[in-house]
Amino acid sequence: MTDVVATAPAQITPALRARRELPTWRLLLRRPSFVIGAMILLFWIVCAVFGNAIAPHDPLAQNLLSINKPPSAAHWFGTDSLGRDVLSRVIVGARTILIITPLATLLGTVLGTALGLAMGYFGGWLDTLVSRLVEAVLALPAVIIAFLFIVALGASITTLIIVIGFIFTPLIARTVRSAVQVERQLDYLSSARLLGERPMRIMFVEILPNVIPTVVVEFTVRLGYAIFAVATLAFLGFGVQVSTPNWGSDINASYGLLGAGFWWTTLFPALAIAFLVIAINLVADSVQQAAAG
Amino acid sequence: MARYLLRRLGLAVVTLWILSLIVFVAGQILPGNPARAVLGPLAAPSAVRALDHQLGVDRPLVTRYLGWLGGLLHGYMGKSYAYQSAVEPFIRAALINSAKLGALALVIIIPLGILGGVVAALNYGRAVDRVISLTGSSAATVPEFVSGIVVIVVFGVTLKVLPVTAAAGAGAPFLTQLRYLILPAVPLVLVLFGYIARMARAGTIEALESDYARTATLKGLKRSVVIRRHILRNSLLPTITVIATQTGYLIGGLVVVETLFNYQGIGKLIFSAAIAKDFPMLEAGVLTIGVVYMIATLAADMLTFSLNPRLRVEGLE
Repeated sequence: MTDVVATAPAQITPALRARRELPTWRLLLRRPSFVIGAMILLFWIVCAVFGNAIAPHDPLAQNLLSINKPPSAAHWFGTDSLGRDVLSRVIVGARTILIITPLATLLGTVLGTALGLAMGYFGGWLDTLVSRLVEAVLALPAVIIAFLFIVALGASITTLIIVIGFIFTPLIARTVRSAVQVERQLDYLSSARLLGERPMRIMFVEILPNVIPTVVVEFTVRLGYAIFAVATLAFLGFGVQVSTPNWGSDINASYGLLGAGFWWTTLFPALAIAFLVIAINLVADSVQQAAAG
Repeated sequence: MARYLLRRLGLAVVTLWILSLIVFVAGQILPGNPARAVLGPLAAPSAVRALDHQLGVDRPLVTRYLGWLGGLLHGYMGKSYAYQSAVEPFIRAALINSAKLGALALVIIIPLGILGGVVAALNYGRAVDRVISLTGSSAATVPEFVSGIVVIVVFGVTLKVLPVTAAAGAGAPFLTQLRYLILPAVPLVLVLFGYIARMARAGTIEALESDYARTATLKGLKRSVVIRRHILRNSLLPTITVIATQTGYLIGGLVVVETLFNYQGIGKLIFSAAIAKDFPMLEAGVLTIGVVYMIATLAADMLTFSLNPRLRVEGLE
């Protein structure tokens, strides 16, 4: 590819060449979907980091004289069943999920990439065994596997990261494996093998750099699903048992009152989750398109 | 064809066996003592030990696994700790309820997803295509309970046009049951739309670029005829497979949707069993889901096989 571009610069107009030489992140900034997604994501990251400073009220302060009050000038998103300010809880609630999900996705991506490299490169029994495991994992909805293990291990930030990371591992491994199998057909691998390079070096030095775009795309897509999983587990009552507010757990505590007309305590944290996952999806989609060229 | 199907069946059995191991191990590492959970915190230790023995949980792990597996092969799924009776009737009733909800969701989503994908493909690269694709992938990452809450707030609480629980009561007329299932079906539809639309889009784009589509156009057929007779027939094959594999996903969504709408289906059954540490119920429920998924996947394979004559000669792989 690079040879073609290098030997035939005459046919490429200056404008086109300038565009082609832009680094990937500059190309990303030209996509409106990426810019919108990144801005929403940035907003939530700011909330996660500086939440307590931005929040208009103390998210933990109870006021039993004004419980379940609808949105008003004093409480934009209303108050919950303990009289706490819903807006403040939504702002501060970004933190837990934004700590757990990137770490869980990272764990799954690192383990999955290593496993996928080995499966694709060695093939054989390892490939067969892990492929069966992926099938078995896919036969069960991820949320069910996750809650089986969370019930067993107890919900803490660490167990959530490990369980979700482990569930993602075979799924990411499968994608990386397909990418590795494409690479295996190429000449540079035969050359490396003829040069006597060892398997470890071939996998991590020769193949890995070439499958990095796949890995990056997989990471961004999986990040959205990690949020899906963590939020769903919290909604089912397997949220992290910490004092900081958490969107899914807040919804779990309040959705029973929906039928009674107290919609604000449930709807606003739900919309927060929706905006976060849609933002990540917009970013993931742009990265995917940029990686595809 | 027979050899291929046998191979698929063998692989499905192996996968189910791995699944049974996962389910059993997960069930065993659940903390807490089942007898204690049944008898309550005030029961005497001797009573707890006696019930432990009666339930068989004091036997070695391997013995219990083999006993459980042997029972399964004879169609006996175990006895619920919480209800002190066989789990099969509970599983059966829940499965029927879930099947109703799942069927409604599929009846809406299959035509909608295919339509979305085909429209996107016919407008390849244009704004319509981007909007459909981005909407689909975004909807797929929004958790079911989030979209469920939004439709409850809009249609149930604000407009008051549809019921906010899914329980129509036993023996209710078909249309009443249907009315109660509309809101719970929406989140399932939203989550699956993206996948089905994406597959239909990819299949249609491939078919549009094919030689036979060009030939059909060049010999003067109308565009609508080319699309209907030549393109759709080929583009929908991969979509059928994806619909089947998404059945597993659909069931995962059922856990959440059935909890949110308080609907007595298999998802809520598993969830309640996990909370109550009712292992036999939990294991039977999870394994049932695995079996349903395997059957759906096998059915999809056979359907793909019978719809695509080329595979009958070459075999899939």
